[in-house]
Amino acid sequence: MSILLNKNTKLIVHGFTGAQGSFHAQQCLDYGSNIVGGVTPGKGGTEHLGKPVFNTARDAVKETGANASLIFVPPPYAADSILEAADAGIEVIICITEGIPVMDMVRVKKRLRAMTEAGRDVTLVGPNCPGVITPGECKAGIMPGYIHNKGHVGVVSRSGTLTYEAVWQVTSQGLGQSTVVGIGGDPVQGMNFVDTLKLFEGDAETEAVIMIGEIGGSAEEDAARYIKEEMTKPVFCFVAGKTAPPGRRMGHAGAIVEGNSGTHASKVEALKAAGATVVDNLSEIGAAVATKAKSHKKAKAASK
Amino acid sequence: MKLLEYEGKEIFGRYGIPLQKRCGVIRLGDSTDKLVLDGPGPWVVKAQVLAGGRGKAGGVKLAKTPTEARELALKMLGMKMVTHQTQGKALIVEEVLVDEACDIKREIYISVVLDRKGSTPTIIASAEGGMSIEELAQSHPEKIIKLPVDVEAGLLDFQARQLAFDLNIPQKNFREFTAFACRLVRAFIEEDASLVEVNPLVITGDDRLIALDSKIVTDDNALFRHKDLAAKPDHEATEIEKEAKEIGINYIGLDGDIGCMVNGAGLAMATLDTVKMAGGDAANFLDVGGGANVDQITRAFQIILKDSKVKAVLVNIFGGIMKCDNIASGVVEASKKVKINIPLIVRLEGTNVKEGREILAKSGLKLEQASSLWEAAQKAVAAAK
Repeated sequence: MSILLNKNTKLIVHGFTGAQGSFHAQQCLDYGSNIVGGVTPGKGGTEHLGKPVFNTARDAVKETGANASLIFVPPPYAADSILEAADAGIEVIICITEGIPVMDMVRVKKRLRAMTEAGRDVTLVGPNCPGVITPGECKAGIMPGYIHNKGHVGVVSRSGTLTYEAVWQVTSQGLGQSTVVGIGGDPVQGMNFVDTLKLFEGDAETEAVIMIGEIGGSAEEDAARYIKEEMTKPVFCFVAGKTAPPGRRMGHAGAIVEGNSGTHASKVEALKAAGATVVDNLSEIGAAVATKAKSHKKAKAASK
Repeated sequence: MKLLEYEGKEIFGRYGIPLQKRCGVIRLGDSTDKLVLDGPGPWVVKAQVLAGGRGKAGGVKLAKTPTEARELALKMLGMKMVTHQTQGKALIVEEVLVDEACDIKREIYISVVLDRKGSTPTIIASAEGGMSIEELAQSHPEKIIKLPVDVEAGLLDFQARQLAFDLNIPQKNFREFTAFACRLVRAFIEEDASLVEVNPLVITGDDRLIALDSKIVTDDNALFRHKDLAAKPDHEATEIEKEAKEIGINYIGLDGDIGCMVNGAGLAMATLDTVKMAGGDAANFLDVGGGANVDQITRAFQIILKDSKVKAVLVNIFGGIMKCDNIASGVVEASKKVKINIPLIVRLEGTNVKEGREILAKSGLKLEQASSLWEAAQKAVAAAK
């Protein structure tokens, strides 16, 4: 078990024949992901990277039985691609594209919400994210595959390269990951921390979770509430942006401290109060998880 | 991007939002002849800076005569302003707006923001305008009205009526107000704003409804469909920041002495935090982006080195999209073009890291490599001392 993706996932790539799409689709194929085709309007009927290309997501789903989408479409058209994938019946939509207008995502969220309320099972990850990987089974994103190792630590993060950093530390400690989810750095996004934590809590493969947050918004505070009330698995956190000046947007559209909301201090305080382990030094997060895992193992061995 | 008051009012004008008559905007070095002061007065002279609290800092003055208005405008231009929103730094007044003044019977606060949690535009309003909404939210949260708005339908008629009743808008201004509120929401959505604020919206002595101020923040991601906004200068950015933006590099100048080049916004933020933890201060936030090439790295170095405070440079790259050997070649290439006379600390990890480290080691460049962020930060702090 794992969350979102596994070895049975059938992936289609939107923006398959573009430069970014081609490069990363090839990387995913090399990793062993089951990419069953791609979507590029006007290029239907051709072949790319040895896989069929379709004009529409509907055609792709009909012909291949795909159940997950990976989107590399440029920002002006990416929101439309998310909706096309959802309309075609795709269950897990992962949007890598950076720079989608927020108002477009507001419209996307409205439609996805309506679909979910009507009983459809559809989950959006991203946009502006590195994607999702279940090590050894399926990589759907732009993360370097080799830093991962199959294991029992779930990782969820708002930032791409910070995710790699945490993953690499876990791997270097001799541990591995169940699934790694990059939820992205935009103010309006698909899955949030709470949605992801819920999946990890219910996943038999996941024994501990690393959550990498950053300044801006209140997703970390919401996560803290969930951790306190529902979560039984240990959660390890880092929150980036302690030294960021207020009022300036630190790269991510979502990473901005406005007034008294979204500050580093309020997030760290909430997470600590919820019983999560918060590391101040990012370089220590792998070791923190490993220490806990070892003591857990000892306790288990002792109880036997 | 944050717009100045007069730029925001130009957008308001296009949406039919009621404003006081404008007498002109003058820049540093302009003649006050550009101001059209032909009415009976009085006039209000307002410093155009991106900070609230202008009134208390002397940036908003009333003039009774045209001569006084001109004098005040000239005095205000070039003035250094520090308000509670400028974080102790002084902003120089480069532009001044002169509007016809009005007497104020009532002040109302209204804005449209993006509610991230609900993923929807939301009106925030209060019958008590003029003051800081943040303070009011702290002291009297019950006095703040929040009203979510549908992104496609805009503000519905019944919502506008409800808002007018909740704000105790007088019968005389009722229709004027509901039309205004609908237009404000339309401006927010159609201009791809992340904030549209009118503080205060006033009812004048002669019972007119007027937007006396404007604050608009737009979404940079949507500039491709707003050519007029894209052409406007970014008033908040420094010269180095603008230059970086033009070549697709995300750079924000800071006060420390360790220049940082990082890929990814989150890792860049974490790098600043780690430098601080190691006892130093970063000179900048710099995200080279995911697809940076050798050329871009070269330019990123040039930009970092433009800041004369920089005493050491820390490069922290975790290669995903961007491969480590490309970064390494960029570093080597850049050092041929730009003379880097200060210590350089490089930490590479990720795709093609072996090749990257080899390129650096064989380059003959004077640089230190580090295998973790913590090690790199400590080396950089030591080198800058």
